[in-house]
Formats: sequence, structure tokens, C-alpha cells
Amino acid sequence: MTVTPLGIPRRMLEFTLDGEEARVPEGSTILDACRAAGKDVPTLCEGDTLRPKNACRVCVVEVEGARTLVPACSRKAEPGMEVRTDTERARHSRKVVLELLASSVDLSTTPKVAGWLKEYEAKPDRFGPDAARLNEEPKVDNDLYVRDYDKCILCYKCVDACGDQWQNSFAISVAGRGFDARIAVEHDAPLTDSACVYCGNCIEVCPTGALSFKSEFDMRAAGTWDESAQTETTTVCAYCGVGCNLTLHVQDNEIVKVTSPHDNPVTHGNLCIKGRFGYQHVQNRD
Amino acid sequence: MDLHFGDSKPTDEERAAVDALLGPPESSWEGADRSDADLRWARGGREARDRRDLLLPGLHAVNDRIGWISEGALDYLCRRLTVPPAEAYGVATFYAMFSVKPRPATVLHVCTDLACAAAGAPELCAGIETRLGLGSGVSVERSPCLGLCERAPAALAIKAGDPVRTAVSAPATVEEAVLAAGSPGSAPEEPPAALAVPQAGQDGLMLLHRVGVVDPSSLDDYRAHGGYTALRRAFELGPAGVIREVTDSGLVGRGGAAFPTGRKWQATASQPDRPHYLVCNADESEPGTFKDRVLMEGDPYALIEAMTIAGYATGAHRGYLYLRGEYPRALHLLEHAIGQARARGLLGDDVLGQGYAFDIEIRRGAGAYICGEETALFNSIEGYRGEPRSKPPFPVEKGLFGKPTVENNVETLVNVLPILTMGAPAYAAIGTGRSTGPKLFCVSGSVMRPGVYEVPFGATLGDVLTLAGVREGLRAVLLGGAAGGFVRADELDVPLTFEGTREAGTTLGSGVVMAFDDSVPLPRLLLRIAEFFRDESCGQCVPCRVGTVRQEEALHRIVERTGADAAGDIALLREVGRAMRDASICGLGQTAWNAVESAIDRLGAYE
Ligand code: SF4
Ligand code: SF4
Ligand code: SF4
Ligand code: FES
Ligand code: FES
Repeated sequence: MTVTPLGIPRRMLEFTLDGEEARVPEGSTILDACRAAGKDVPTLCEGDTLRPKNACRVCVVEVEGARTLVPACSRKAEPGMEVRTDTERARHSRKVVLELLASSVDLSTTPKVAGWLKEYEAKPDRFGPDAARLNEEPKVDNDLYVRDYDKCILCYKCVDACGDQWQNSFAISVAGRGFDARIAVEHDAPLTDSACVYCGNCIEVCPTGALSFKSEFDMRAAGTWDESAQTETTTVCAYCGVGCNLTLHVQDNEIVKVTSPHDNPVTHGNLCIKGRFGYQHVQNRD
Repeated sequence: MDLHFGDSKPTDEERAAVDALLGPPESSWEGADRSDADLRWARGGREARDRRDLLLPGLHAVNDRIGWISEGALDYLCRRLTVPPAEAYGVATFYAMFSVKPRPATVLHVCTDLACAAAGAPELCAGIETRLGLGSGVSVERSPCLGLCERAPAALAIKAGDPVRTAVSAPATVEEAVLAAGSPGSAPEEPPAALAVPQAGQDGLMLLHRVGVVDPSSLDDYRAHGGYTALRRAFELGPAGVIREVTDSGLVGRGGAAFPTGRKWQATASQPDRPHYLVCNADESEPGTFKDRVLMEGDPYALIEAMTIAGYATGAHRGYLYLRGEYPRALHLLEHAIGQARARGLLGDDVLGQGYAFDIEIRRGAGAYICGEETALFNSIEGYRGEPRSKPPFPVEKGLFGKPTVENNVETLVNVLPILTMGAPAYAAIGTGRSTGPKLFCVSGSVMRPGVYEVPFGATLGDVLTLAGVREGLRAVLLGGAAGGFVRADELDVPLTFEGTREAGTTLGSGVVMAFDDSVPLPRLLLRIAEFFRDESCGQCVPCRVGTVRQEEALHRIVERTGADAAGDIALLREVGRAMRDASICGLGQTAWNAVESAIDRLGAYE
């Protein structure tokens, strides 16, 4: 059973969205309003369980009177605002941002991005064959998960999930700056030397597959990863009494990874090491 | 928060450097040896966490003493402050002046930025590197503008130790720079700040009138030259009265954004949330800008008095002076001046016996242009990476430590003194309708007398260049620094006001006037500007982090090309530039393409 928490009733505010009246509860973002109106605004760094970091800038929209474009994911709707989501100006920025990203990192495992590249007619190749790329080797330093920063768009979601927003382990952070900025543990050490407790909450929020289960990483390398052949079953974790929800991803009768429903009011998608990674006993058939 | 610390240990010297700042640790929870009491009693926790803002000073302490920051030193500092090591590592690697890899105790920063490049920095660097090869015990680092452009080319030597020693060589020769790096302690003294003010001692100066006239280390001398009359007047007027005067004077911020200062003060003063903070932005890092340095070195008490007035008006009892890490002389003079002011009751619990408490703390930056952005500056003071925050909320509401904060740069604050002594109407009568008062310009490059010039708003670019004695063969002038724009040699009648430059399709920015004659290869200059922004991008948002890289690559490709051969890459530059201007989080990404665009459109670079 999913419990929907009832908040205090909020006042509604009115503003214009692409020329039409929109009514949203006070405190909503422009993105909330867009989604309610069925408009498709691309997002990458926005996370449903995290405070918006608004770093990727693919969700920018035009607000009447603002000098620059504004990120829909974090800007709150204000009464009387005039917002346009699909102008040439906004589309141009989204297109260039997608090109900049796709030309510098590997987006092959980022859901939806292929569609957006097509929709915005982005041509990441036009920066030439010598365009600088991240060129990071995957960091495989423990048995549970792999950090492949060649796919990292620096959305900060994993840092926020590991830090003060959920896990409070503060095992990872952004180091360096500019194009050289990377997610790292202290002294750029292996994960095993860090404060990581292997809750996997960073994997849960990573939008690009830069962080992935070792099982998924190995299967992808072996060419056996097949999402279409997987089933998902949500159940309750059996380890302790908290009652966290687990979603088991099963392929060929094997659990290949574990996620957790984000709309669960107890866990919001977060788990501990046992719920996230402790599934081998289930499939230990000898 | 359950922090995990590695087992790297600090050396005795590293420990001493940290303890000199924070005092000795009181328990094993903070990094001391374990005592019996520690088994029963845990302390530190919240109390230590409240000192997170000492992270940057702590990193400086280690870097100053050792020259770099080792794992053991960083971990020890983290223990003392209850800061997660991963976060502290992220902070330490954000700043250009820190190193987390071993390096020699002496670092020689050689400026390769615009004015210095035009004055022969590439040859200087090459010469220095030949002389100081491997094993010399000096690490030579190419640096962005050191704020010494009037004496280009410039070099700054920093030798770690207790105390840390610094020496400036400018204009630098290979010999002098090598000498300065070899023994910074015995290098020849820098010329006084007044030498950067060709007008020094002239009548009619309002902001620079004491530079070269007073002894910057003497409070009495400052008072004998009119010091502290403005503060007395402020106390007569009361906070609301001061804000009224500043509003009526028409003063707008001199940092580039040109926001009305009185409105900002009023907005902060009226916030119910307490405490209020005052922040003086002295992180002058715009290439070509050195006026704040000259003001601070030539008349440091003026800034302290102005900060006290601003604090009084806005209801702040604490002011932070965020000073560029590359300004050692300004640091010493200001530290001394603050100490004197405190000893004489001009700072502290009861300023001038008026029952108003105010004190100033200096925080040093560590080599990051972005920390001049106001919200990045707050993050930097608080001990986080100097990444800009997204606005809203605005600083007047939630600024430093999440509290209402008023932030002004040095030049803006110093303007408050004449406003109070002469009165708002007299001040507002100077300049033009929308741009009132005097304005400082940093003139450098191909001129006979480079330096800081004070002129009333309304003077033209030509007027300022005439004062500085422009050399033959002027090709272009860069207005407003790397984030500004180029104008042609035939556009010298542009009035140097906010509205005048806007009308002419350019910007006043921070008051940079950098002249280039036709001996300077323009494409190299543009490449240097692009490199600067790529280097200084904080990396937070995609348009700026990747856009600056793609622009630099395109400029590299067309360095020797023109016309049709360059057209494709120029189109690319425009498209990327437009997205950077529209979609970047902060002003750095939004303006990074301005100067190059103006060079293409106004100067016809690559035609
Ligand atoms: S697994 Fe958990 S503790 Fe480890 S880095 Fe990810 S979020 Fe942090
Ligand atoms: S690893 Fe994933 S979650 Fe972390 S910053 Fe990179 S893309 Fe975002
Ligand atoms: S525009 Fe550049 S400097 Fe500003 S937040 Fe974005 S990446 Fe950082
Ligand atoms: S999704 Fe809005 S900025 Fe990234
Ligand atoms: S000091 Fe070298 S350009 Fe300013």
C-alpha cells in the first residue's frame, strides 16, 4: 500500500504558460507546472528526491522580463509570470547544451537523451574530432559498484544524496574546477579508503549510468545486459523491521540490481547496503 | 554525521601550522592524543562544525607554512573542524594557489595575462624557466592577472615557511624575478602605491586624495588628513539618515553591475532576520584591474572607515573583508590598520563611544576569479567551494551564513566618505544624470603613464587616454576587462558613463582601460581571454564548463586564419556564446564571450 501524505492545503497562484492560464499550488516550480500541463521539458540534473541543483541547464525557459533564461526545475512560479517553454531562444540553448554534453561525455546509457538530441537537431560532432572529452577509465575498486566518470555530467546528485540531503556520509564531493572538475573521494583515493558505506543511494539518483551495480557493469561488458528481458518486482526488504521497499530487477531468473521506489514515504528511494546489495542469499541455490 | 578519517598523520610542522590558527586540540575527538577523559566525554561536534568557515584560513595556514597540503595535514584540519575530508579535498582543489601534490617551498607566479603578455610575458617566462630549471627549488607557475598591470610584466614569489615570505617583481626582468624567488625576504621593496597614481597629490581628487599624501600605516596621519570625519557625520545622521544620503547621492556599485547602493543598503537594513553581515569584496581579479589594490595599499584606513559606516547603516556588527590572495602587501597594511583602529576604539564593542559594536575580519582568497561573484564569495568564506549560488534568494535576504548581507566592492565603499563629508547634493552634482560622482579607471597597456586615474563621470575614453599619454599606433582599447569589450581607436569619444557605454554597445565593467597598439597580435590576445575563462570557470554549469573549452578550441583553430576559412568556426563561436550568455548560472559564463565577440564585430578580427 502506498501512503500519500497530505500536506497543508496550499493557495493556488496564476501565471501564463505559453500564452495559456496556468494554476499551480504556491511553491510549485515552473517545471511542476509544465508537467501538470503535459509539456515536455527535458531535464537531467533535476531529481525527484533532491533539491534542484540547476547545473545542467537543459530545462531553461524564457521568462518575460528576465535578462537570461531561467531553469524551470528550480525557479518557483510567481503570480503573473509569463513563461514560454518552446521559444527559439530556449530551444537554442537546450540544443547547444545537449551538444556540449554529448561531445564531452558518453551519454549512451542516459535515458531519453537520444530522443532529445534528435528533437533539438543537436550535432555533437560539429566541434570536430579533437574536441576535448573527459576520457576517464571506469573505476572498479570494489565488488558492489563501479564509477565510470566518463559518463558523468556533473549533476551533483550523487554528492547531494551522499551528503546532507540523504545519507550523511559525505564520502564524495566535487574536486578540481572547470572542465577538470570530477566527482571524487578525498585525495582521489579508491572508494574502499573512503567514508562510503555502500548504501548505493548515489547509484539510485545518477541520471547517466556513470554509477552502476558491478553486476550491471559486468553484464554490459559481456554484452548480456538486456533491459527488455528484465522484470521488476517490488517487495519488502527482509533484513530488518523498517520495511523499506525493494524493487528487484530480474533477468534470466537472477537478480541483477535493486532499486527502491522514490514515492515511498519511508525511504524515498534510499536503502542501506543490505537492502541494496545483499541479495545473493536469495539466489544461493546450492 | 559520522565522519570517517583516514590514517594519514600530519607532520609536527603541519600540526603546528593548524594549531597556530585554531589553538591546541582539547580532546582526541579533535585530533589530540587520547586521554582517559575522552572515553567518557565527547566534545567538539556541533561546536566545531560552527567553525566550518575556518577551513579556508586553515588551508592557507598549511599552504603558507609547508607550501602544499598533504593528506595528513588535510585530515588533521578536517578533524579539528569536523569537516568531511571529501568536502575539504573538494575545497582545497578548487583554488589555484593551493596544491595537494608536493611542490617546492617557493612558487613564482609569473603573470601571462593581457597587459603582461603585451609587455613581453612569454619571453620573461621562457627566460625564467631556463634559469630556474628542475632542482632549483622553485616552482614557476603561469598566472592570470596579478593586479600589477601598471608595472607589467609582473611576477610574485611566495616562499612557504614561518613566516611565509613574499616578493613582487614588477616590471620584472629575468634577473630580478629569479632574485625575488631566491630570497623573497631580501628582495628590494616594492615602490609605494602612490607610484601607481600619476595624479597623486593633485587638487580635486576625492577618492585618491590621500594616496601618496598620508602614511598608510599611521592612523594619526589619516586623521590629520580628514580621516573619520565621515564616520562622525554618520553617527549624527543615524542609520536611516546615512542610507538617505547614499540614496540621494545616486551612488551605484562600481563592480560592474551598477546597482544603486542606497537601495541595496535599505533592503538589507529592513530585513527582520538577524544578524546582518557586511561583506567588502576586495577580490579584485578582473584582468586589467588594480584600483582596489592601490586604494587599500595607499589609504587603508579609508576602507575601514567606509566599512564601519556601511555596517552602521545596514545594522551589521561584523564585516568581512574578502581580499585577493595575491595581494600580500595590502593584507599586511590592512591587518595593521585594523589592529590600530581596534586599539583606538574605532572598531570593537563601542565604536567612537557611540554604543555601536563593529569589527572587521579579513578573509584571504586563494586564487579563484569566480570568488568575486558575490554568492561564490559567501560560499568561499563559509568554507565551501567557491561556486555561485542560484538567485533568488538574493543576498539582501539570504547572503553570508544565510543571513541578510550587504556586499560592496572597495571602490563603492570608499565613495561613501565624500558623500557624507560633502553631502549628497554636492556629490550628485558631479558626473552625469545617471552616473554620479568620481570614477576610477585602471589604465594599462600601450600608454606612457599607466596607473589608476580618477575622473568625474562623463569624461570620454579619449580624455582618460590623454591623461595617461597614449602611444603611437593605437589599435584597440579593451574596456571593462576580460568580461568587457573592445572598442576601436576611432571610438575614443565614447563617454565613460554607464549609459554612455551602453549606448555605444559596450560596457564600463570594472573600469579597465587597456590600450593595445598594432604590435600586439590580436588573435593571441583573444586566445588568452578564452583560456582565462576556461581556467576560471567553476565548472558548475554545462554552458560555461564545456562552452569555454569549445570556444578556446575554435579560437585555436582560427588563430592564423581569416575570412572564409574562419567563417565556420566564427559561426560556432557565436552559437556557443549565445547559449553561454543565455543559460549560464552566473556572470562569468554570461560574459565570457563578450570580449571576443566585440573583437570580431568591432575590430574585424579574422577578416
Ligand atoms: S554508496 Fe552511499 S555512502 Fe557510498 S558514495 Fe554512494 S551514497 Fe555515499
Ligand atoms: S556520477 Fe552520476 S550522479 Fe554523480 S554527478 Fe556524475 S552523473 Fe551526476
Ligand atoms: S557560469 Fe561558469 S562560473 Fe558561473 S556557475 Fe556556471 S560554471 Fe560556474
Ligand atoms: S534539470 Fe533544470 S537545470 Fe538541470
Ligand atoms: S598583472 Fe599581468 S595583466 Fe595584470
